[in-house]
Amino acid sequence: MNTAPDRLPDAQTIQRTQFANGVTLLVHENPTVQSVFLTGSLRTGAIYSQVHQKGLANLTAEMLLSGTTERDFERLHSDLEDLGAEIAYSAGRERTLFSGRSLAEDVNVLLEALAETMQHPSFPEEDFERERDQQITELRYLEDDTRYRAMRRFREMLYAPFHPYRYPTNGTEETLRSLTLADVQRFHQTTYGPQGMILVVVGAVQAAQIVRQVETLFSDWQNPAQHPALMVPSTPSLPTEQRIYEPMPGKSQSDVLIGTVGPSRLAPDYRATDLANSVLGEFGLMGRVGLSIREDQGLAYYAYSRLEGGEGQGAWYISAGVDPQDVEAAIASAVAEIERLVDEPISVQELDDNQAYFVGRLPLKLEQNSGVATIIHALERYELGLNYLHEYPEEVRRLTVADVQRAAQHYFDPQRLAIVVAGPPTA
Amino acid sequence: MGNDIFHLDNGLQVILREMHTAPVISFWVAYRVGSRNEQPPQTGISHWVEHMMFKGTERFPAGVLDREIDRAGGMWNAFTSMDTTMYYATLPRQQIELALAAESDRMVNALFDPAETESERSVIISERQGSENTPLFWLEEAMQAVAFRQHGYGHSIIGSMDDLHTMTCDDLQAHYRQYYGPHNATVVCVGAFDAAQMRARIEHHFGSIAAQASPPSGIIATEPTTGATQRVTVNRPGTTDYVSIAHHVPSALHDDWYALHVLDGVLSGVGNGFDGRTTRLYGALVKSGIAAMIEGGLLETIDPYLYQVTITLNHDRNHAEAEHTLLAEIERLQSQVITETELHRAKKQARASFAYSAESVTNQAYGLAQSAMLGDVTWYDHFLARVERVTADDVQRVARQYLTEAGRITGWLYAGEADDADTDEEGHAA
Repeated sequence: MNTAPDRLPDAQTIQRTQFANGVTLLVHENPTVQSVFLTGSLRTGAIYSQVHQKGLANLTAEMLLSGTTERDFERLHSDLEDLGAEIAYSAGRERTLFSGRSLAEDVNVLLEALAETMQHPSFPEEDFERERDQQITELRYLEDDTRYRAMRRFREMLYAPFHPYRYPTNGTEETLRSLTLADVQRFHQTTYGPQGMILVVVGAVQAAQIVRQVETLFSDWQNPAQHPALMVPSTPSLPTEQRIYEPMPGKSQSDVLIGTVGPSRLAPDYRATDLANSVLGEFGLMGRVGLSIREDQGLAYYAYSRLEGGEGQGAWYISAGVDPQDVEAAIASAVAEIERLVDEPISVQELDDNQAYFVGRLPLKLEQNSGVATIIHALERYELGLNYLHEYPEEVRRLTVADVQRAAQHYFDPQRLAIVVAGPPTA
Repeated sequence: MGNDIFHLDNGLQVILREMHTAPVISFWVAYRVGSRNEQPPQTGISHWVEHMMFKGTERFPAGVLDREIDRAGGMWNAFTSMDTTMYYATLPRQQIELALAAESDRMVNALFDPAETESERSVIISERQGSENTPLFWLEEAMQAVAFRQHGYGHSIIGSMDDLHTMTCDDLQAHYRQYYGPHNATVVCVGAFDAAQMRARIEHHFGSIAAQASPPSGIIATEPTTGATQRVTVNRPGTTDYVSIAHHVPSALHDDWYALHVLDGVLSGVGNGFDGRTTRLYGALVKSGIAAMIEGGLLETIDPYLYQVTITLNHDRNHAEAEHTLLAEIERLQSQVITETELHRAKKQARASFAYSAESVTNQAYGLAQSAMLGDVTWYDHFLARVERVTADDVQRVARQYLTEAGRITGWLYAGEADDADTDEEGHAA
C-alpha cells in the first residue's frame, strides 16, 4: 500500500534553489499522483502602473498568452492543449500570479511554455484590440454585479486617491480604452524580470530534474530595466463613519459591505486578527455574523467576514447579500457584531474552537498539489521560512483572548466604519 | 483501484474505495431526488429540504455539527441538482466518525421545526434573489421552461418565487419522508481507511435504520417530442448580451452521450478550467471578436436533457451574427468529420482533466456517488474508456442526429435599462 506520510512540507521535503538572477525555485515531490502543478509570481502588478493607466498590468498579463517570438497563438495553444496542459496569468496588486498544470510526463512542455510566455511574448498587434474588447466586456459584466459594485465603492471609501488599493486591478472602461499596445510592451519591458520571481513546482516529478530544467529556461533571464520593488503605502483609517448607497435599479437583491482597513499579512498581529475574523464571520458556517444574520434572523443567503491581508493593509469586512427590505436590519446586526468583538473578549471556548480549526484544517489544505503549491508560495512570498508549518500550530495556540480583542480594537472602530449598499431602490 | 460495493439489509447501497494518497477521508450520502422529482406548486422543495437538513436533529441540534466539523479541520456541505441531493464531509481520517454519526442521524431524524422553516424560507428567497441579479439566470430559466413543458427538468432547481412563498413545513416534511431513507440513498466513502473497518462502522451507524418502500417515481422519463423549434427572447436590465442555443440530447447512460462529450470538446473545450483556445468556437467567435466567452454545457443527467452552448457577446456585436456563426459551426460538424488531431486532443484533455480531478478524495467520491445515482456504479470508472472508444464518425453521426433544427431552443438575452424586463416565446413546427 502506497501510504502517504502524515507529514508536512518543510525544509526536508522542499528543495529550494536561488538562482543568481533573482529567481527562486521551490520543488516538492509528490509521487502519489499522475500530474504536476506549478504556481508562482512575478514582482509586477497593478501598483507598478500609473493611476491613469489602471488595468494595464491585467491587460499585459492577459496578452502574455497571445503568442511568443518562438510560437504564434495557434502553435502555443496547440502544444499545450494537445496534452491537456494549461497555463494562466493574473495580475494582482503587488504581484502577477501564474499557475499551470499538466500530466507529469509533460512537465517539460509546461515549463517551456511558461518561460517563453513571460520572457518573450510577441504581443501581436492584431490581438490587442480583441483582448482589450474582451476585458471591457468582462468589466461591464462585473459592473452589473451588486457585490463587485459595492466592493469598488468600498475601496474608494477606504483608500485615498492614488493609493493602489483604491482601484480595481482590471481598470475602468475609460482607462482600458486609452491603453495602447505600446503601453503593454513598455509595461512588460520595465516591470517583468527575474528579480523577485518565485516558481513552485509540486507533483510526480524528480526535483533534481526540475532544477536542471528551470536553470536552463530561467537562469539566463536578465532585465536591467526591471523596476525596483515598490512598497505599498500605509493607510490611515477613516476619520468618521461613511455610508454610500450605490443604486442598481432592476436588481432583486442588495449587497452590503461593512468594514475597515485591516493588517498587512506581515504585521505582527496578523494571526490574532485572522482568528478574530474567523470568530466574526468564518468559523462554524460563517461565525457570529452567519449565526445572527442568516441562521437566527433569516436575512441573507450569505453573510460572512473576510480579512484580505496582502503585502499592504488589505480590507477587513463583512459581506452579506440581502433582500432590499432587510438592508437596515442586516447593517444593524453586522455593526452590533463588530461592537461586540471590540467591546467584549471572545469566550475561552471560542478561542479553543478556532485554534482547533486553524490547526486542524492543514491536512485538507495539503491534500492536493495545488494546495501544497499555494502554501509553499506563501511561505516564500511572506518570508515565513520553509519550516513554518511546524511552527504554525504553536503560533496559533499561543494566542490569548486578550490578543484577539486587542487586534479587533486595533483595526475596528465601530464609530468609523465604511458602509456600502449596492442594490435596487426601496419604496 | 477497486471498489467495495454492497447493500445493507435495509437496502442502503454502499460504495467504498481506499485511497491512501493523503490522510483524509471523504464521506457522502446521495439521495436520488432533485428538481426532476418536482412539479408546481412545489418546485424547489428538494433544495429547501436540503437546507432544512442543516437545521438539526434532537441528537445534534442546529449549529453543533458546523462547530464540530470545523474544529476537526474538516469541511461539509450539500447541494441539490436536477437529479440528486448530496451531502458530504471531508475530514482528517481520525475524525471521520463524526460524518457517519451525523449523516445516519439526519437520514431519518431531521426536525423540521416550523419557526426554522420560516426563517429558512427567507434565506432561500434571498438565494433566489441573488440568482435573479444575474441576467443569464432569467434566460436559462426561460429556455428550460420551453424545452421541458412536462418533465421536472423544466424548472430551476431553486424553484419559482411563487412556490417558495407558499410551500409549508408539512410539505417539506412529507417530501423528506418520501425520499430520505436507505431505500433511496447511496453512501460513498473514499480515502485513507481500511475497507473492512469502514464497512463495520457504516453497518453500526446505518444498519439499524428501518427499511422503507421505494418512492413512487411519478416521473415522465422523456419529454414528449414536439419537433418544434423554439425561440426565447429575454430583456433584462444589465450590461451584457447573450445568445444561447440548446438541443435535446440523451441521458448520460446512453452510448451517444460520450460522442457528444467529445463533440463538446471540439466545439468549446473539455473539462474544467480549460479556456479551449484551440477549439472551433473560440476561433469562430472569440478570435473573430464577436464574443468575449463561450461555454458548452453537457450535463450527466438521468433522463435526456440538453446540450447548450452559451455565447457572451462583446459590446457592439449582435445576436444574429453570433447565432449564425454558431449554427455554421454545427453544420460543419454535420457535413465533415472532425480531424484526427481534434479527436486526439479532446480525448487527451478528457484524460488530463480526469487525472487532475481524481487527485482529490472528495472529487472521486462525488464521481462514484453520481454513478450510483445514474444507476450504473461503473459509470465514473469506465468514463475514460468509453470516451476513448468514440470515433470521428460517431461525432459526425451525433451532430446529425441531435443538433437538428427540430427541437432546437434558441435564446437571446438583451441587456437594457431597469424598466426593460420581459420574456417572449415563439415556437413553430420544424
